[in-house]
Formats: sequence, C-alpha cells, structure tokens
Amino acid sequence: MGVASIPVGPESPIQREYRPRTDFFKGICWLASLLTVLLLVCILLEVFSKAWPAIHRFGFGFITGVQWSPNREVFGVLPVLIGTGISSLLALLFALPLGLAIALFLSEDFLPAPIRQVIRFVIELLAAIPSVVYGLWGIFVVVPLVQQYGGILADKLGFLPIFQGPAYGNSLLTASIVLALMVLPTITAISRSTLVTVPYALREGSYALGATRWETILGVILPTAAPGIVASSILAFGRAMGETMAVAMLIGNSQRLSWSFLAPSNTLSALLANQFAEADGIQVNALMYAAALLVLMTLCVNIAGEAILRHTQKTTAGLR
Amino acid sequence: MSKNSAPVPQNFFTTGGKQTSPLRLLRNRLLTALCIVLSLLTLVPLLSIIILLLRNGLPLLGADLFTQLPPAPGQDGGGFGNAIVGTLVMVGIALIFSVPLGILSAVYINEYAPTSKLAAAVRFVAKLLTGIPSIICGVFAFAAVVMTTHQFSALAGGVALSILILPTILLTSEQALMGVAYAYREASFGVGATPFQTIWRIVLPEALPAMMTGVMLAVARASGETAPVLFTALFSYNWIHSLMEPTASLSVLIYNFASLPYSHHISMAWAASLVLVILVTIVNVSAQIIFRPRHR
Amino acid sequence: METLSNEKVTEDMIPPDITQPLPLTDDFVPGESNFIQVKDFKFFYGKKQALHGINLEIPSRKVTAFIGPSGCGKSTLLRNFNRMNELIPGVRHEGDITIHGTSIYDPSVEIIALRRRIGMVFQKSNPFPMSIYENIVYPLRIAGQKNRAVLDETVERCLRSAALWEEVKDRLHESALGLSGGQMQRLCIARAVASRPEILLMDEPCSALDPIATAKVEELIIELKKDFTILIVTHNMQQASRVSELTAFFYLGNLVEFDSTRKIFTNPSKKQTEEYITGRFG
Repeated sequence: MGVASIPVGPESPIQREYRPRTDFFKGICWLASLLTVLLLVCILLEVFSKAWPAIHRFGFGFITGVQWSPNREVFGVLPVLIGTGISSLLALLFALPLGLAIALFLSEDFLPAPIRQVIRFVIELLAAIPSVVYGLWGIFVVVPLVQQYGGILADKLGFLPIFQGPAYGNSLLTASIVLALMVLPTITAISRSTLVTVPYALREGSYALGATRWETILGVILPTAAPGIVASSILAFGRAMGETMAVAMLIGNSQRLSWSFLAPSNTLSALLANQFAEADGIQVNALMYAAALLVLMTLCVNIAGEAILRHTQKTTAGLR
Repeated sequence: MSKNSAPVPQNFFTTGGKQTSPLRLLRNRLLTALCIVLSLLTLVPLLSIIILLLRNGLPLLGADLFTQLPPAPGQDGGGFGNAIVGTLVMVGIALIFSVPLGILSAVYINEYAPTSKLAAAVRFVAKLLTGIPSIICGVFAFAAVVMTTHQFSALAGGVALSILILPTILLTSEQALMGVAYAYREASFGVGATPFQTIWRIVLPEALPAMMTGVMLAVARASGETAPVLFTALFSYNWIHSLMEPTASLSVLIYNFASLPYSHHISMAWAASLVLVILVTIVNVSAQIIFRPRHR
Repeated sequence: METLSNEKVTEDMIPPDITQPLPLTDDFVPGESNFIQVKDFKFFYGKKQALHGINLEIPSRKVTAFIGPSGCGKSTLLRNFNRMNELIPGVRHEGDITIHGTSIYDPSVEIIALRRRIGMVFQKSNPFPMSIYENIVYPLRIAGQKNRAVLDETVERCLRSAALWEEVKDRLHESALGLSGGQMQRLCIARAVASRPEILLMDEPCSALDPIATAKVEELIIELKKDFTILIVTHNMQQASRVSELTAFFYLGNLVEFDSTRKIFTNPSKKQTEEYITGRFG
C-alpha cells in the first residue's frame, strides 16, 4: 500500500529537464479514468431518466401499491420489495452459521491443513458456478424437496403465517435456500479474512488464562472480529438482493402479497429478468423505476458494508 | 481429575479445590463437532450439483453439441454451437471495451496521479460498480443500446458484460501495478527515463501476468452471467451473422430450456451447464496457474 | 542461532547434559525449595532440539530470572510450565516438570486447570478489545462465575495488586485499548492474577515499555513475590539483578548456571556466565 501512495509523477527537476514532450499516454490514461467515473453517472442517469415517466405518473404509490398488472397499467411493487427483503434475509439466516463455521474452520486448526485446503477449494468452486446453473439445479433438486417437506411443514406449523399452506415447490423458501448457497462464499471469504487478522497474542492470552478453545473463540476471537463479520453479512445481503437468475427460476414469480415462505413470491431483479424482454410503453418505464429502486437499495447496503469493513480494518490495525 | 495422582493431599491443579466443570469440556467438544459438521455440510450441495451435471449432461456430450443448431421445441437432436459462438463473441466485445478502459484507468490511478481527486473517484466508482447487481448492467444496456437501436443485439449484450467486468479488471490491474516494486521505478527514473518510458517498458511488463489473471477471471465471470444478456442479446436459434441481431448465449439457453416441458431440451440445458461449468473452471484454474508470478 | 560475536563456538563451551540439579550456594535460604522441579527436560520444535536435558529446582515465593542470549531456550522453558508451547504444531518433549510434586504432564492434569494456577504475562501486552473490567473478570467468567459482588471484588483486588486501581477506577467500563502501553501491561498482570494463580510466568514483560513504565512494572514484580512464585525471562541484566533473587543462565539450550542472583552477578562459577554478564557476548 505504501508503494501506491508515493507519487510517481514528474517530480524531480532532473526528470522535468529530460522530459522533452508532453506525455500523451498520461492524457489517454486520464481520459480512461474520466470515462470510468462517467460510466457510473451514465448508468444512474440512464436508469433514472427512463424511469422518470413512471416516477412522475405513479410517484410514491408505486412503492406502496400491491397490484402489478401491465394490461391495466397499474404498477405497485410492495409485494416484490417484501419478497426481495425476506428472501435475502432468509438466505443470510441460512448462510451465516454455515459461513461462520467454515470461516472458523479455515482460520482455526481443528483439522489438518490438507482437509482445510479441500474445504477452501470447494468454497471457491461454489463461487465460480454460474447463477443459472444453480437455478437449474434448484429446479430439479430443491423444488421437489421443498414441495415434499414444505407440505409437512404447512401441516404441522400452518398456524404460523410464515408456514401457511399450500406448499409450492417454487417458493420464497426454495429461492432462499439456493441464494444462501450463492452468498456463502462472500460470507466465508470476508469473515475468514477478519478472523485471521485477530492477533495471535489475544488467543495466547486467553489460553494462558485457562480458557478452552471455544471459550477463546466465543469470548475473544468472535467479538474482536464481530464488525468484520457484520460487514460480510451486509455485503452478502446486498449480493442476495441483486442475485437474479437462480431466483427468477425458483421463486415462482408471483406479485401476490403473501407472508408464507412456502408461497411463490418475487424479487426486484427477478421481476426485471422476467418482464423486460416483452415490455413496452409505460411498462418499460415502470420496470426502470423498479431498477432504480434496486440500484438505490444495493448501493446503500454496499456503502454501509464497505464503511463498516473500512472502520474494522482501522480498529484491528490498532490492535496489533 | 483423579485424586490419587499427586503425592500432596490436595491436587495442585484442581481449581481452588474444584475440578474444571465437565460441562465446559463437553461444550468445547460439541461446538467443535458442530463446526466440522456444518463445514462438511457444504460439500453436500456441491457434490449434488457435480453429480447431476455429469449424470444429465455427459450422455449428450458429443461433437454435434458444438456444431449443430438448437432443436425447435418438441424436436430432438441438435446442439448449441451458435450459443457457444454467441457467448464468445459477446465476451470478446466486452473485453474490447473494458480491458483498455480498466487497465488505462488503473495506470492513471496507480502511476500518474494516485492521490488525485479523480483517482479517488475512480476507486470509489469501481467499488460501487462491483456491488451493482448484474441485471442492472443489462438494464443500462437495454436503455442505452437496445432502446436507441430498436434492436436486441450481440453488441448490447457485449456492452452489458463490459460494465459487469470493468471493476474486476480495473481493481485487479491496480493490485498488479501495486505489486511492482517501487525500486524498479526509481531505477528507471534514475537513468533518466520519462514516466511514460518507465510505465511502458518497466512497470507494465512486470505487472502483465497479474493483470492477465484479472482478465481471465473476468472472462470466466462474464461467460457464466445470464442476467446482463437476457434482454439485451435475447436468444436465437440461428448462427450469428451480424452484431446487430438477437444472439444466443450458453447461459440464456440454459435459462430458456430449463423451463421448457420437453425432456430433450432439459437434457440440453444440463449439457450446456456442464460445458459452461467446465469452461469457467478451466479459465479460472488456468488463470491462476499460467500467470503465476514468474519470480518472487 | 545465536553465535558468539568474537570467538568460535567450541565443544568445551557447551556444558555436557547435566543430570543432577545444580547445587545452590550457601547464601540462599530456600522456602519450599523444590516447588517446581524440572527433570532432565528436553524439548523439540519438529526436528530442532531447543532444550537439552534441563535440571532445575525452583523455590516458591521467589523471583527467578531466566537470562541468556536470544535463542538460548529460556522462553521455551518458561512456556512449558503452563504448556503454552503445545499450541505450536509439531512440538514434543522428553523428561518431566513437576509442580508441588505433581507432574504437569500427568494424564489426569487438565491443561485448563493448570493454566488457571499459572498466570502468564507476555512480551507484548495483549488486553482483549473489551472494557478494563471485562478484561479482568474474563478468567472468572469463563469459569462460570456470575456473582456480581465476587466479580467487583476481584476487579478491585487485582487492579490494586497491579498498582493500577487509582489510575483507572473511574473508567473501569471504558475500552482497555485506550490505556497507555505501561498501563496495558499492568492490566495484563492484573488479569493474570485474577484467577488466584500460585505462579506467574513473565516473558520479557518490559521489553516493549519505556523506562518509566518499566520501573513501575519492576516495582510491581517485587511487590507481587509476597504472594506468587514468579519466573521472569529477561534480556535486561540490570532488570534481572534488580528484581530477582535467583538467576538461571541459559546458553544454546542448556542450563549453564543456576544460583542466587548475587552470586551469578558478582562471582559466577562458569566462564560463560561471566562473559555474558560482563557483556562479552549476547
């Protein structure tokens, strides 16, 4: 990092003297940088300007509305927003214990290094599998499972609104399970990197006081790494919100408002994936409005996650 | 702890006359077991994916798959040659846009003006772009290209993918440039080289392997993505003739065929998934092997 | 590996494995003279042997200093008393260490209980990133102590015995990371005595501190020996002579000489000890 912050520009008088021409390459690089920054501006402008007719026409009612019927030109995304939030939260709920366990597993020495290497490789493989393949796998593995056991769940726990029957295979729960697998690498990677920055001296200190391994992990290591783990969860949440294909293939794409995990639902990104190709007229604007909402939500979540992560790096730097 | 092991009346190592609570030790064991079980649990879905990919995809794998066109719904045979070509073409377009843009920006923010406001803005934007959902890249390309040309096209798909991979290329290139020892730059400046000569002859060649790793990772990512090309390139049952027409891709083929009620098409979706996963894995692994730093 | 600065290491400079404990000279009056016994103790990091058959008897309620050039094995031996070395993969030992007559390697010995009876202070202070209060009650909390009065009493007792009470009593619930370096190290000492150990191991406790903080910690060590048997590893000759009553000189994994500090520093019986004390090497 130190290297990066030292300016490499034409500083010394000798350099200046021996530099015969203007550096065109610098100009080109400057232009590229400017374009990169403008690209984000462009994306935001493009999405918001195309969304503007819908924002103008539907206003805040777009967010609170529960109907989505393009034929009648009625657009409300509340059920979709709820679906986005709940599916991402549920995915996080499933993935967090698994991700933390793996991160601990990889940073502590429970098992010999070769086995840890295998787990690490598996996680990297999980991260490399395309979303659409998860979707295909979900259709043929998770959907039947949820259909089968979801029925039992609805029978036994149907009195809870979240398990109200009938149980559909293509449901919020199905999408969340597959989403959990997809965000697992994010959680594992970031949690592990904060766990390994916990100074060895703290572990030593805890062991020397007569703590067992897990008393050390729960009492010292996890609290020290907690901000990083929170950040990893937030970033994983952001990823889950934006994840499109697997969700679009599994969630059932229903805009009906329902609190049951076993009922079909929808997310913002799945809505876009399903409707954009065939949309026209005001529906395109409405979808752009939805896209704008998605951009805003993910940007907020990501900025929050990054801010916490940066803050953690500062505080753990002080620990060493 | 046994009481007779020590010659002294009260065993020195018991805690104030009390033994360590067996519950503490039990809890320690249980948590370790739980942690190991949870970790190994992740192997189950992965194994399931791999087994299903091989079982459903392998039987179809043959030369036809790579040379034929997709069968119409309800028909048998065929392949997805056009989808492979389409994917390659769109990834290629994406690279044409994003590699120069990403690497040049990285050079600017790491070599020319690392402390400038523009550099800070570029880093910030790159971070934000990493977090933007891939479907938003598609939405942007739809608005910027499809809506202006009134045409679903490979170009639109390529543009969407280029936005997707730009932050990867930019950030890995920056890392690669950071990895070049400052002493090289000093040595070059020391013999009277200009900044351009230093960057072009010393820094870039040194950083190239690491940059290529980043590009390969970006290629792997782009070839597997569906959302950006779904409603920009759309799909086609024919070979690609121009960049300005709907174009097939492997990932969209999987998506489309997975929901068709024909078992042959579903099998083709599995075969396409197998090909895609193999492709992505090969690119990922070779990126890490081929471009490993030559000298440490 | 440490080498002598001027001369080559010759065979006769390395003492043969000492099988009998070294006799103490007359000017030392022991308390419980064989409180800690190290019997022909050998220690290996993988294939590398770090300790060659150490024999040592350490009396209770005294400060014993381990000195010697770095790499001589003094820290390795110290970290065996509470079996901290076992956290490192690939280590093994031969021989035995007994405390109060019980082998610390006896299968019936729980490492957890052992470490509660033997407090340890590290080279670099390692307060946990929690409040001062929580740092001190940590060993009690993990042992299941929930009684608020006991915890409060312990905090005050430990902070007083670490001479830190007056400085921090108004900010017990603030982060321990806000303390100065010397205060952090004294906090770690307070934490080490919280579970009422018998023995305190100190691994170069002052090497990261400035002279004023060092003086305070040294004062504290002299104060603490009333209640604890203290073993201290130090690089600082003056420190060893100031705080300890007994000194053991280690060289290349061997115990060269063990005697009263006064004897070691005024009239050592081995040539190597004299050379090290007078600063000829190390």
